[in-house]
Amino acid sequence: MTEDRNELDKLLELAEDLRKDVGDNYHDNLTESFYADASKIVKNSVKSDDQHRTFRVDRAIDNIVTSKIWGFPIMLLLLGVVLWLTIIGANYPSQLLSSLFLETIYPFLKSGAESLSIPAWISGLLIDGVYLSTAWVVAVMLPPMAIFFPLFTLMEDFGYLPRIAFNLDNIFRKAGAHGKQALTMSMGFGCNAAGVVATRIIDSPRERLIAIITNNFSLCNGRWPTQILIATIFIGAVVPTGLSQLVSTGSVIAIAVLGIGFTFLVSWFLSKTMLKGEASFFILELPPYRPPRIWQTIYTSLIDRTLIVLGRAVAFAAPAGAIIWLISNINIQDQSIALWLIEGLSPFGIILGLNGVILLAYILAIPANEIVIPTILMLTTLTFSSMGVGNGAGVLFDGSENEVANILHAGGWTLLTGINLMLFSLLHNPCSTTIYTIYKETRSIKWTAVASLLPLLLGIFVCFMVAQIWRLF
Amino acid sequence: MTNACSTCKYNTVSDLKKMGEQTTSFDYTIALAGNPNTGKSTVFNTLTGLRQHTGNWPGKTVTTAQGSFSFLDKKFKLVDLPGTYSLLSTSEDEEVARDFILFGKPDVTIVVVDASRLERNLNLALQILEITNKVVLCVNLMDEAKRHNIEIDDRTLARDLGIPVVTTSARSNEGITDLLHAVHDLAIGEIVTKPYHFEDIPRTTNKAIEKLNDELLKLYPQLANSRWIAMRLLEGDESIIKALKEGRLH
Repeated sequence: MTEDRNELDKLLELAEDLRKDVGDNYHDNLTESFYADASKIVKNSVKSDDQHRTFRVDRAIDNIVTSKIWGFPIMLLLLGVVLWLTIIGANYPSQLLSSLFLETIYPFLKSGAESLSIPAWISGLLIDGVYLSTAWVVAVMLPPMAIFFPLFTLMEDFGYLPRIAFNLDNIFRKAGAHGKQALTMSMGFGCNAAGVVATRIIDSPRERLIAIITNNFSLCNGRWPTQILIATIFIGAVVPTGLSQLVSTGSVIAIAVLGIGFTFLVSWFLSKTMLKGEASFFILELPPYRPPRIWQTIYTSLIDRTLIVLGRAVAFAAPAGAIIWLISNINIQDQSIALWLIEGLSPFGIILGLNGVILLAYILAIPANEIVIPTILMLTTLTFSSMGVGNGAGVLFDGSENEVANILHAGGWTLLTGINLMLFSLLHNPCSTTIYTIYKETRSIKWTAVASLLPLLLGIFVCFMVAQIWRLF
Repeated sequence: MTNACSTCKYNTVSDLKKMGEQTTSFDYTIALAGNPNTGKSTVFNTLTGLRQHTGNWPGKTVTTAQGSFSFLDKKFKLVDLPGTYSLLSTSEDEEVARDFILFGKPDVTIVVVDASRLERNLNLALQILEITNKVVLCVNLMDEAKRHNIEIDDRTLARDLGIPVVTTSARSNEGITDLLHAVHDLAIGEIVTKPYHFEDIPRTTNKAIEKLNDELLKLYPQLANSRWIAMRLLEGDESIIKALKEGRLH
């Protein structure tokens, strides 16, 4: 064994010596050799037309979608169309689901529990807590996801994502980051945990860390519905009815673009401070456009993506509903725990142009961004139940969009609250799944902490500034 | 009475049993390698019946996915490796792919290439041939190549590379049976390959590789991929040096 060791050491020394002989170009020489051989073999077995007619169609499309002038407008337009279809399309099924869950099934369950004389605290915990929060998640989340995901997946299958990467590559390089970060960023628009895992395609550790830390600036599954709902209620409502859908779509796009802006800004900041270095080069292959198999895509994105994300949301919403009901109904001295917490957080929330309910909701929703809106609604009705809004502690009764608007307006929400909630939804800590994924990928508590706290601090700062400026006028 | 078709070797699509995620007991391990965007995941899904999401962009799959299928009474575990352009750099996805072929010692490695981009894709295939000789080349996306008027002489290609070459259009299931037969026959040892080893190397480099290769073989006569390891040692690949020291390569 030891003899083997010595022999091996000698061999490795020989390798060291020979490495000097072959010179610095060794790697490039070897790579070239492989390509030269491949080209020789191909000559014998491949016959191709020199007139690549279909290739020209590819190139013609590429010339437009990656052009300096049209590249960005087309990107925004496509994103806009997808979001607009989602906002318009989700409206009706959302109302249908909430009237089914909240106006038909809920009273049925309640009266059923009463007639079976189930103790009030059990029916409260299960029906007012677990059932309602789950029903809310399904009603609010399912319709936009069922429209957004298939559309996004169709674009992905068509081959558009690498073109986005191509368009953004230059800016990423200027920010000192890797061009492939455009791909991991796009992945983050689906799910940040998936985006963080996807950074494995970046080979420089420095650039990979930048991509991991900034991935949270891509709005994820759990946050799109929040953005869409709040934009519809608060921003769409201040313009004439005919324009409301257009304006609310525009504001969601603005938030998404702001997120991309923060990605660049923070990447640039990191590569100038904590993660200094030059951007490395890479080859990005623009794959051929492939006609997506529409039905299969719709099927798989509905089954795999929508139901998995929804399942996750429900899994977190059910216990969260129980917790919300409990803290709303267990009193310490003369008021409930939830009210104590909300009152405690309120002063800080007000400074940020938010409120105590929103902050508490974000703490309760650390496991999943999906449950932020349901939590906010439940907590708001609880806080104002004494004022005759809502029909009991921690209970939500009706789910149509107008009702949501009524609840929130009664809760003292203004246009500023809506805008700042959208901003805070973009800029806050990643969900616990993503945080855990970041730790698994970086194996570093320090970088996990940076990736978790940096967006939160930015969010607090941005909301604070917006609130201060808003209040000047 | 049986008719000719039902006994024909090539009418055996029904012999394929997709076994999904069940990967506990199996006879052979098959690795699925290839460039990004060659339809690797589609081949994976077709064989295992799983629904790995397929996306039209490089880097969609950065981890390995596993599934299994049985064919002609043999059970195969199929491992879908991340799509990579080469095995010569150090990004994590390339290391995952390389380490599996090197240390996982799959019984057969299927290299999926894009028929329309054969030249660029063969680069990876040639590198894999340096590591293992149990390789089946799956020239996929033949439907697209045909549309682009590209003709591929798979027999010449098979002869030049010294390995089985199968042309497929995995999206429409074409050629999957041939692929299964090639994998099966190679796994049970019915086909013996004579893989091409690349030769177009500058003289000094080649001499250095050969010298190191000889020494390696003296020390470890069993080493199947000594030439490739010699190349990596010349590059100073730390993970290969570590593997040699820990005795994981022989």
